Amino acid sequence: MTWATPECLLIAALIIPLAAALLIPLFHRWPNLRETVTLIAAVLLCLTVIALLGPVLSGVRPQWSGVEVLPGVAFAFKLEPLGMLFALIASSLWIVNSIYSIGYMRANKEPRQTTYYVCFAIALASTMGVAFAENLFTLFLFYEMLTISTYPLVTHRRDSEAMASGRLYLILLLGTSMVLFLPAIAATYVLAGTIDFAPGGILGGKASGATMVVLLVLYLFGIGKAAVMPFHFWLPAAMVAPTPVSALLHAVAVVKAGVFCVVKVMVMIFGVDALAAAGQSGWLTVVAGTTVIVASVVALKQDNLKRRLAYSTVSQLSYVVLGAAILAPISVVGAAMHIAAHAWCKITLFFAAGSIYTAAHLTEVSQLNGIGRRMPWTMAAFAIGALGMIGVPPTAGFLGKWFMLTGAMQTANWLAVAIMVVSTVLNAGYFLPIVFRAFFRAPPEPTHDAHGGHEVHGEAPWPIVLALTATAIGAVALFFLPQIPLALAQMMIGR
Amino acid sequence: MQLVKTFAEHYNYVITIFLMMAGLYIVVARGNMVKKLIGLSIFQTSVYLLYITPGKIIGGTAPILDPAFTVYSNPLPHVLILTAIVVGVATLALGLALVVRINECYGTIEEDEIFAKDDDQ
Amino acid sequence: MTAVMPHLPALQIVVPLLGAILAGFLRRGPTAFAVALAVSWLMPFIAGALLWQVLGGGSISYRLGGWQPPYGIEYRVDVFNAFVLMLVSVIGAVTMPYARRSVAFEIDEGRQAWFYCMYLLCLTGLLGITITGDAFNAFVFLEVSALATYVLIAAGRDRRALLASYQYLIMGTIGATFYVIGVGLLWVVTGSLNFVDVSARLAEAATVQPRPVITALAFLTVGVSLKLALFPLHSWLPNAYAYAPSFATTFLAATATKVAVYLLIRLYFSVFGPTLNFQKLPVSELIIGLSIAAMFAASFIAIFQTNLKRMLAYSSVAQIGYITLGIGIANKAGLTGSIVHLANHAVMKAALFLALGAVFYRIGSVKLHDLSGIGPKMPLTMAAFVVAGFGIIGTPGTVGFISKWYLAVGALNEVGWPLVLVIMASSLLAVIYIGRVVEVAWFRDPSPTCIGASDPPLSMLIPLLVLTAATIWFGIDTQWTAGIAGKAAGMLVGGLK
Repeated sequence: MTWATPECLLIAALIIPLAAALLIPLFHRWPNLRETVTLIAAVLLCLTVIALLGPVLSGVRPQWSGVEVLPGVAFAFKLEPLGMLFALIASSLWIVNSIYSIGYMRANKEPRQTTYYVCFAIALASTMGVAFAENLFTLFLFYEMLTISTYPLVTHRRDSEAMASGRLYLILLLGTSMVLFLPAIAATYVLAGTIDFAPGGILGGKASGATMVVLLVLYLFGIGKAAVMPFHFWLPAAMVAPTPVSALLHAVAVVKAGVFCVVKVMVMIFGVDALAAAGQSGWLTVVAGTTVIVASVVALKQDNLKRRLAYSTVSQLSYVVLGAAILAPISVVGAAMHIAAHAWCKITLFFAAGSIYTAAHLTEVSQLNGIGRRMPWTMAAFAIGALGMIGVPPTAGFLGKWFMLTGAMQTANWLAVAIMVVSTVLNAGYFLPIVFRAFFRAPPEPTHDAHGGHEVHGEAPWPIVLALTATAIGAVALFFLPQIPLALAQMMIGR
Repeated sequence: MQLVKTFAEHYNYVITIFLMMAGLYIVVARGNMVKKLIGLSIFQTSVYLLYITPGKIIGGTAPILDPAFTVYSNPLPHVLILTAIVVGVATLALGLALVVRINECYGTIEEDEIFAKDDDQ
Repeated sequence: MTAVMPHLPALQIVVPLLGAILAGFLRRGPTAFAVALAVSWLMPFIAGALLWQVLGGGSISYRLGGWQPPYGIEYRVDVFNAFVLMLVSVIGAVTMPYARRSVAFEIDEGRQAWFYCMYLLCLTGLLGITITGDAFNAFVFLEVSALATYVLIAAGRDRRALLASYQYLIMGTIGATFYVIGVGLLWVVTGSLNFVDVSARLAEAATVQPRPVITALAFLTVGVSLKLALFPLHSWLPNAYAYAPSFATTFLAATATKVAVYLLIRLYFSVFGPTLNFQKLPVSELIIGLSIAAMFAASFIAIFQTNLKRMLAYSSVAQIGYITLGIGIANKAGLTGSIVHLANHAVMKAALFLALGAVFYRIGSVKLHDLSGIGPKMPLTMAAFVVAGFGIIGTPGTVGFISKWYLAVGALNEVGWPLVLVIMASSLLAVIYIGRVVEVAWFRDPSPTCIGASDPPLSMLIPLLVLTAATIWFGIDTQWTAGIAGKAAGMLVGGLK
């Protein structure tokens, strides 16, 4: 297998989803074949990424450079540990999400499925590009491509509500990235003379404290996908999309790309040590902490299940930002771990929400009384996901929080500690009642309405159940087998 | 007195500026398309004067080389302005042709009436 | 070949001029088209050869009629105008095949030959402005191209085309006359019309008689700004672009204003730059201020247009704002942004107008509501529209991003943060006006007008797709655009005082 050099695999990981996007329309008339293409591509991509894992863990950093686009800035890829972690999460979740999509889209008889799978594949290719980018230009290119390729997914229903949400989605994400993120990149280029990622950062010693604050603000809010308040509106608005799309947005790609960019910029553009030395931790903690708490409080008040999950995501994303903002190496590891944990837990939650919608056509939390008896698999998975989000062992969510908490203690950042404790309580406050309702409340009295179709439902179709069971297992497995993400996260900060 | 002297020494330029402003004013202030073109022509004509004026050297003769003369008028502006006149004539001709076509299509060459007709649609 | 090589600068002008006469005499549309096509396809080879020579080393000076400059007219080719020559030639060559069906559809049989004749005259004029080293000669070419342009615009089928043409004639003539007044004043104080010679004599003249020099600068600025439609002197442009025939709009939008911008840069950086200290004059602030106003005001107006050609016309005014912004910033990165945006905007705006022309060819309308749901009916055309639209927005991976990047870097070096944020914020307006069309075209149910629509014939589709591909290609591989623009900018900025 001499051809399977890490460099080739790197390029293959980008080409596979793109090739799928080209092939899928050809099988427009044969849905089974079309879905097969998606599944094969997902499995191939995951295998390719896994094949890259060994080399990366042993210290190889495969890279590939294309043409020089701007002076000193090439269209280039380089695989480093954090990107590896992100690629692993995204590619493995694409498989389960594809299985789930097939079940969901067919059961709900959704139109425009070909467009849907094509855009999904392009979104995955963009995600891989974000994960592998060697410099901010390449990162930015795929970041925007991700926004644009998910727009048709968000507006999938094509009705006026979906289009309005789509507009908000596009304007907020493109707007923040263009007005704040891009100037930040340009300023970095002017200050540092390069925008290549480097371990330890490239801005150290080249920017004054005030400039650093401005830059950091531009990056933090400019990366709108990280949904730091007040640029989080797009996320709840995008809930009009079909559930697998929400899963893509929340778990697989979009928001993960956001926090991934934030962490990567902090670690490999500013440098954790440079930021800590400049004393930037305080206000970062406040900004991230505010989002964590406010979003949790808002989530408490949502009755729509998906909206509650959406605000939970906003809150959890800022957790990752908070982890990075503590600026202790161990908490940055925690932030990386939390990206992985949140991905598996949140996708489980969304799969469960979609499963409930598919089987019972219910969307509100208040309607879920006793549903756990009819849909035991779904709600069991939901419970695991919820526990993971709260951070109860033995679920993946615990590890990330633990590391972040340790970091906060080490740096004596008591504000961060307080934020984490309060938010954990709030998390429990908005997740546990759902679980309680589902399992311990009596189901509503059967109505004799002819349209009361939800009385006769059982579990959702098998691909849906299969997918959400798999992700729930993954969420637990990550707790017992954290070696790989942990190793990657530690390599990222050079420990 | 000084003022009068300045005026007398530069009266070519004063006329140039007067024509320039008069032409531009007509273009801006008139709604009749033919009058606008006339204004435009006056405006262009002022430039001819602007070029020709410095070409005349006091005491100079026609620029035909002859050992008897040492000071000649500058022939260059005449050549340039010949070209500019051609350009001006072409512009005027095209402008008038357009006005004729506009009159065929709209039945009027008053700008406000034409705008009113297009707004009706 | 060796006999031809030294005369390439003259051939660049003479060939289209003779072509125009030939096309006018041929009288039959298809034969005139053949002439126009042959000439258009020849132009990039000449321009390419010139570009190749000047990239190899030094500038080319060509004495027209053998007269020695500064007495005779000199054609002077350096990296900057070789780049613009290449741009105009390539746009003409790529879009020309599109003209045959589009013109046959929109213009009466008897007038097609004249249309091609005027197109070739316009091409002659534009190339002439670019290549000449003589200020008055530039005026003549300015009028040659302008007169041809008025005719091209008036050839539109809508009667408002006549009105637009007339208004442009008035404004264009005022602009050209302002230019010639400025040239006259320069000639009075320096005694020369040759750009290089004027520039050399200006230092002395400016110390003796500073006022006419400043007045000349003012006249030239206003005159050329009228031609390039710098806000607020853009009022002629939207109607002219909206009602001209599709092909004429495309060609003019891609080249005419660009050549005027070239002239402005040439005057500022090659003629006045070495003498005048722009920092002491409010030129830079003025240009930056007007550019920002253009970027916002015109984009904002574009959002409310229902005639899409008009919308794109306003978008052009906004995009010209980006170009002039770089002139105002006046450092190497900023000017590189300007020059590269000449090419980048030409490519993507031509693609957009070609796409609309194709839509007009199929459904006879470019009104927004008539385009409802046309995406799936004309997939390639509208996909091209989307991609070129991304270019206008400036998403990375398209040419628009490259221009904005250089402008941002230039602004950061010179003016500072706020300007960068302003540049970027204005592109958000582009998201709205392009996004609106994309939403209607792709995400709505088909309107009755476009039920039977389909992609246009290949002769129209291929130019469109080529330009669309170029939008992406030159967004990634920039050595031929930004690379050369950087060289030109370095040369121009290097001469500044």
